[in-house]
Amino acid sequence: MSEHRPNTEGKYKWIGTRPDRPDGADKVTGRARFGADFSLPGQLIGKVLRSPHAHAEIKSIDTSKALALSGVKGVITAADFPDQPNLIVPTGEMQVNMRDITRNIMAREKALYEGHPVAAVAAVSEAIAKQALALIKVDYKVLPHVIDVAEAMKPGAPLLHDHLLTEGANPPASKPSNIAKRIEFKKGDAKAGFAQAEVVIEKDYTTQAVHQGYIEPHATLASAAEDGQIQVWSTTQGHFQVRGFCARLLGLETSQIRVTPTEIGGGFGGKTVVYLEPLAMRLSQKAGKPVKMTMAREDVFRASGPAPGGNVKVKIGAMKDGRIVAAECIVEMQAGAFPGSPVGPACMCSFACYDIDNVYIEGFDVVSNRPKVAAYRAPGAPISAWAVESTLDILALQLDMDPIDLRLMNAAKAGTKTAYGVTFNTIGMVETLEAVKHSAHYRTPVKHGYARGVAAGFWFNIGADSSAASHVGEDGSVTVISGNPDIGGSRASLALMAAEELGVDYNRVRPVIADTASIGFNFVTGGSRVTFATGLAVVNSVRDMIRELKVRAAKIWKIDPEAVIWEGGMAKPAGNQVGTFEPLSLADLAAQAGRTGGPINGHAQLNVTGAGPGFGVHCVDLKVDEDTGCVTVGRYTAAQDVGTAIHPSYVEGQLQGGAVQGVGWALNEEYIYNAKGRLDNPGFLDYRMPVASDLPKIETILVEVPNPQHPYGVRGVGEVPIIPPLAAVGNAVARATGVRMVDLPMSPPRLSAALDAARPRRMAAE
Amino acid sequence: MSEVQYQSAKTVKEAVKMMQAAKGKGYILAGGTDLLVQMKSGARTPGVIVDVKKIPEMVSVAEKNGAFTIGAATPAAVLGENKKLRKAWPGVIEACNLIGSTQVQGRASAGGNLCNASPAADSVPALVAAGCIVNVAGPKGKRAVPVEKFCTGPGKTSLKPGEIVVSLTLPKRPKGSSDAYLRLIPRTEMDIAVVGVGVSLTMKGDTVTDARVGLGAVAPTVLLVEKAAKALIGSKLDDAALDAAADACSAACRPIDDKRGTIKYRTKIAGVLLKRSAMIARDRIHGIEHRGHRPV
Ligand SMILES: Cc1cc2nc3c(=O)[nH]c(=O)nc-3n(C[C@H](O)[C@H](O)[C@H](O)COP(=O)(O)OP(=O)(O)OC[C@H]3O[C@@H](n4cnc5c(N)ncnc54)[C@H](O)[C@@H]3O)c2cc1C
Repeated sequence: MSEHRPNTEGKYKWIGTRPDRPDGADKVTGRARFGADFSLPGQLIGKVLRSPHAHAEIKSIDTSKALALSGVKGVITAADFPDQPNLIVPTGEMQVNMRDITRNIMAREKALYEGHPVAAVAAVSEAIAKQALALIKVDYKVLPHVIDVAEAMKPGAPLLHDHLLTEGANPPASKPSNIAKRIEFKKGDAKAGFAQAEVVIEKDYTTQAVHQGYIEPHATLASAAEDGQIQVWSTTQGHFQVRGFCARLLGLETSQIRVTPTEIGGGFGGKTVVYLEPLAMRLSQKAGKPVKMTMAREDVFRASGPAPGGNVKVKIGAMKDGRIVAAECIVEMQAGAFPGSPVGPACMCSFACYDIDNVYIEGFDVVSNRPKVAAYRAPGAPISAWAVESTLDILALQLDMDPIDLRLMNAAKAGTKTAYGVTFNTIGMVETLEAVKHSAHYRTPVKHGYARGVAAGFWFNIGADSSAASHVGEDGSVTVISGNPDIGGSRASLALMAAEELGVDYNRVRPVIADTASIGFNFVTGGSRVTFATGLAVVNSVRDMIRELKVRAAKIWKIDPEAVIWEGGMAKPAGNQVGTFEPLSLADLAAQAGRTGGPINGHAQLNVTGAGPGFGVHCVDLKVDEDTGCVTVGRYTAAQDVGTAIHPSYVEGQLQGGAVQGVGWALNEEYIYNAKGRLDNPGFLDYRMPVASDLPKIETILVEVPNPQHPYGVRGVGEVPIIPPLAAVGNAVARATGVRMVDLPMSPPRLSAALDAARPRRMAAE
Repeated sequence: MSEVQYQSAKTVKEAVKMMQAAKGKGYILAGGTDLLVQMKSGARTPGVIVDVKKIPEMVSVAEKNGAFTIGAATPAAVLGENKKLRKAWPGVIEACNLIGSTQVQGRASAGGNLCNASPAADSVPALVAAGCIVNVAGPKGKRAVPVEKFCTGPGKTSLKPGEIVVSLTLPKRPKGSSDAYLRLIPRTEMDIAVVGVGVSLTMKGDTVTDARVGLGAVAPTVLLVEKAAKALIGSKLDDAALDAAADACSAACRPIDDKRGTIKYRTKIAGVLLKRSAMIARDRIHGIEHRGHRPV
């Protein structure tokens, strides 16, 4: 069952409807072209040589034999890239340092994780490229490695970076360590709060690194021309970021690089960074031919950024009536081989669902010999929420309170000040809790043998830079041009907003995603920003175009432009005193455009602020096979404050997809390293994402609490839904078995071991 | 990758000749769902591929005096559609029909599953429980091998150079017989068995008169667990007998600790699945249907 509670009933003609997506036909017929589908005449195949070691000094690389092989047209190593300054640049929701990026795309002094690129070749065939890789001789000095965060934090742990002094350490760090950063957030007086509490619950939790698991591996095609211009096709969430990073990494101007985003087979945050693009570009420059590169699935697992695992300590103090008076959260998070885990958002989101007077939050960003982490839907938040929402469930059980009532009593509202300093505007945490409480699912008694778990989640969502243009064709149909790769149906939503604004049929509006040379800058597709921020740019570009359309109508009618209004897709006189004129449609105005001033276009570019945060509450019924530790999910409902659901089907899709990924994170997904520091499960057989038969249909409840800072009330929706599932599942498992799991994933062997360990205690209790 | 030659045989004799001529570089191609994957990853580099799907007796099922002979390359989907076979050997067929997915089963064969010699192969514990005989043809003629003796280690079989598996024979069933296969996987499909247990029973009334137990994924090869069978024979499948048989299965385990499961977990699950499979086989004898792929 799906519930949609629009707050806009009757207000809109197009918004809130569910037309086919503009990219749908091409995707179901196979015509859509993804990263690996692009080829050019004469192209070479590029391949990467990767480190077999988790940690090793690179003493020398001899590429002479590879270069001498017939059919090899180019070989590159780190020496082919200029070193980069210590300069932080944003990539969506994460920050990266140029000095680190250049070392991540190609190992320089050391290989820092298994799979770290050390060289790349371009050859006339894949077979020859592979042969060439085998001919490259790398002299490694293998160093001791460290995989686990707690181990990496210990004094005496193998050091990844000699220069790394803990930022924000108290007292300031004098010796290098693997702790890149320490952060802290405070509100009120946590100590005093805990002193006043009648119940205090404290627990330690862990999660493992998980991969976004996008079905399309990274792929790119680069073609460098003799005049220094380079064209790139790439499966990416941010072609402007590809351009920006590569310009720096190769020492070019952004205007020399033109990046065209292909259709994208999933990204979830993982395609906001560069891996193959700079290599393919450099190889193409060297070889003078186009170079195509694709990753195998093993490469994707070993060397593209997963989401981190983390250790979280949570302490919550409450009064006996359920009122939370103090909260503390300490997060240690994997950054991978280079600093920059999402520990910041993990800390900020930890208690953001609740109005708590006294809060202390501390976070540590820790490097270890793993691939550098990348964004994954609401980076960091699922990890802290797993710990906080599990602890809240313990509190609810201890106080014998309904878990939703406990959360309602403490829910954040407009005016609540968060621990990270922001005071909420209009938000929908209470409405979302209420929606679940009154849902068909929650009102149905739990089936025999099953148990029910509930958990919540918060995400900021972001705005940032967007550009858009709208063009009217000679026949009055409309092209809307923007610059964000569409990873979740955004083209449909942008077209719906343009159609609504213009008052024309959705089918007469064609949304197009332009390359970096054909539209102004757009920040990455990330932070759930596209429908919100680029949507605003599209709306503004349409308004710009309407302004022009009114001018043209005024010219034809020989009246003042101020006296023209735009209504129902037509220019009309603003009232009787202006004169009586037949309304002019888009098509009428387009037909006369040549005589009234030329083409009719609209443009907008802005730095968008005012993103509306989102809240989600999930409810799951599941059963546990006590002998095997296998979990069967029987029913699942995801409710979320979605602002306005521009295209409800795609909003539902976001909720369902996030829930499924979160359930996978909870139950089976994990990076498993062997003693040598090598990833033991770099494929979908042993990295277990859920399959379709694992889950029932995910029910959704779209709660609409419009964002007052967007003309159509849009909030981002894509990230919140991955936050609650981990604890929702864990809470249900705890209620089903009486055993509280604190370590993820709750895979059958692990859950079975926990059940066996608790058996004597449970039997004694009976 | 070096050149691979594709050859297609029309008779068993021809296939054997082709394999002989390939001098150790030949591989039989049945469904290819293992072989092609292994070639792609570089794990196998055949010189010659001998396709046996055009040999009628290798892609069909024959029944004679109650015994079934299954062509080694018959796709699992075809086996699943054979009502008589399904009725006589529901455990063997459910094991075959657990392989991969609907798409994979359009190709994957029991012969391929056996010859690939994975200790976690799903059909093999059920075939072991069934007392299956493997019919081999080679340069020196034909021979028959009990299925539990066929594999000699992970990826290794007792086939000699030039030999191929022609078919698998399931013996005639006495009245009051049935079988069952259960595997544990962390998900619900597209996964590899952490433990697999096949049980075949013959009962007279409530009493077990004959039993065989096959146990997969807990040792270098699939095991025939005679002690577990012994514990069941003569019992009414009471708790004591089931416990004893489960213990025998656990005791037979020689598993490894790996990413798929711990030694402790595998050992325990072997016992759990033995009990559940035995109960399903018993129910089937008594006309109670069981379907679904999760051992819950
Ligand atoms: C997506 C996917 C999912 C899978 N899931 C499962 C699963 O759940 N359970 C499971 O057990 N397996 C699974 N497999 C593995 C595989 O599908 C099975 O092992 C299948 O039964 C192999 O049969 P085939 O006919 O495709 O064999 P092939 O690949 O054709 O052959 C396998 C091997 O046996 C040899 N061979 C085949 N036939 C003969 C013969 N007659 N004589 C001598 N040698 C022969 C071949 O040379 C080759 O080395 C899966 C595979 C894939 C790709």
